[in-house]
Amino acid sequence: MSWIGDNTGLIWTQLGQHIYLSLIPMVLGLLISVPLGYVATRFSWLANPLVALGGVLYSLPSIALFIVLPAIIGTKVLSQANIIIALTIYAVSLLIRNVIDGLRSVPEDVLQAAVSVGYGTLRRVVTIDLPIAVPVIFTGLRVVTVANISMVSVGAIIGVGGLGQLFTLGFQQDFLTPIVVGVVLSLALALIADILLVGLQRLLTPWARAVAPVKEVLR
Amino acid sequence: MIEFEDVTKQYPDGTVAVDQLSLRIPSNEITVFVGPSGCGKTTSLRMINRTIERSSGRISIDGEDINDKDPVVLRRGIGYVIQHAGLFPHKTVVDNVATVPKLLGWDKKKSRSVAMELLERVGLDLKLAERYPAQLSGGQQQRVGVARALAADPLVMLMDEPFSAVDPIVRHQLQEELLRLQRDIGKTIVFVTHDIDEAIKLGDNVAVLRVGGKLAQFAPPKELLADPADDFVESFIGQDRGYRKLTFLKADHLPLGPVPADLSLGDNGEPLGWQSNGEVLPIGAAFRTGDSLRAAMDAVLTSPVGQGICVDESGKAVGVIDYTTLTGALRP
Repeated sequence: MSWIGDNTGLIWTQLGQHIYLSLIPMVLGLLISVPLGYVATRFSWLANPLVALGGVLYSLPSIALFIVLPAIIGTKVLSQANIIIALTIYAVSLLIRNVIDGLRSVPEDVLQAAVSVGYGTLRRVVTIDLPIAVPVIFTGLRVVTVANISMVSVGAIIGVGGLGQLFTLGFQQDFLTPIVVGVVLSLALALIADILLVGLQRLLTPWARAVAPVKEVLR
Repeated sequence: MIEFEDVTKQYPDGTVAVDQLSLRIPSNEITVFVGPSGCGKTTSLRMINRTIERSSGRISIDGEDINDKDPVVLRRGIGYVIQHAGLFPHKTVVDNVATVPKLLGWDKKKSRSVAMELLERVGLDLKLAERYPAQLSGGQQQRVGVARALAADPLVMLMDEPFSAVDPIVRHQLQEELLRLQRDIGKTIVFVTHDIDEAIKLGDNVAVLRVGGKLAQFAPPKELLADPADDFVESFIGQDRGYRKLTFLKADHLPLGPVPADLSLGDNGEPLGWQSNGEVLPIGAAFRTGDSLRAAMDAVLTSPVGQGICVDESGKAVGVIDYTTLTGALRP
């Protein structure tokens, strides 16, 4: 226990880095996959190849990606950019399917109505299509976030891994406490992130819970 | 006035959806496009707001070619109602209706107050204004759809099979209310349906289209029933057009007989039932003097004693008519 007291600074730093390393790819992934997904619904022949490519990219082992990336894009081996780029690739490859499915979940008559009352394309996508796609997109976003939080630790192999650093520390010193702290904090982080996302989704989609005609108003 | 001049819609694969349609749609009236599936009625409608672009010909609204306008601007000036209403599921009822005013840049307060006014006008309980579309019945959703189309007070309203997905009772209600509403607002309405009865009931003018997008006949309903242009129109109108024509003839000149003694009356002279061997039989469907001959015929046919009862506006029995007298009066 005294190890925790002596190392609060280290623990906080790694936790902060862990949050940063998992959150940034999630945001970047969303920013990339939304326009990409829209293009794929516009040109529907693109949808299947993109989803398939996503599947292939997601199946790449993360350790391999962390190590190979510097060679491909010329980043420094110990750079945080490697982790961020790799996790962004995973995020996009998962999210692209949900974005496409989400945009496709917008009913045809709703699209037709939107165009017919005079929405321009950009305005329609932002204020009609995307809000209606939120529940499906968030399903993917939750998976991505939890997956990212667990994969950041793997980055410890190349020296940038947030709470994963505590694992390496524990293994090197043959000492259990840092490993337990790392595991507990990772789990807690994943749980809290998921709860926050569910809350955010509920906030964004009050309409999704408003189903089933209310009896007393039916006449 | 909306004018179609030699309008053709041909798809890249060669299919001709609308073939050289020429037609003048009068202002402030309801014009119905009717025909079997594949006749191009919806395509013709959607060419008016350019959600489908014509291949050739010219469409103008009050003399101005619709292609001279930006399509998005054009659409904001044309109300649009579709089957299943097509309401935005993530917006409340009142926000759905306020959509076009907001697109036009009206301030929020004004948009909402106009929306509330319209919801009241289409007969929706205002308690429903803050609910989401999924919480409304099909008929209620369709009322909201009509309110949304009218929100920016457009001159033209396009309606694409708006009532075909609701049950017959609600459909009848919505049709009656559309007619009532139209008496107040006098919009230029173009209405698409595959149901000839709906076309005849609602239309001031009816355009019958045949498969392949050709206009078969364009006429007021009465003329359509009396004088179908060809075999196609005749068969499309259906077998009982003679009977349906009665809808357009008034029952106000019928030679009524006096109210017989065996019809028991209430305190205000309203018919209660027929006395028959100590039993009281129901009266069937009484008709009013202002009703159509179709209603009078129905009264005779539903009466247990073959006598249709005519009542005045207060419901008081004023006379009866039997089958022979009625059919005699129908003879031209």
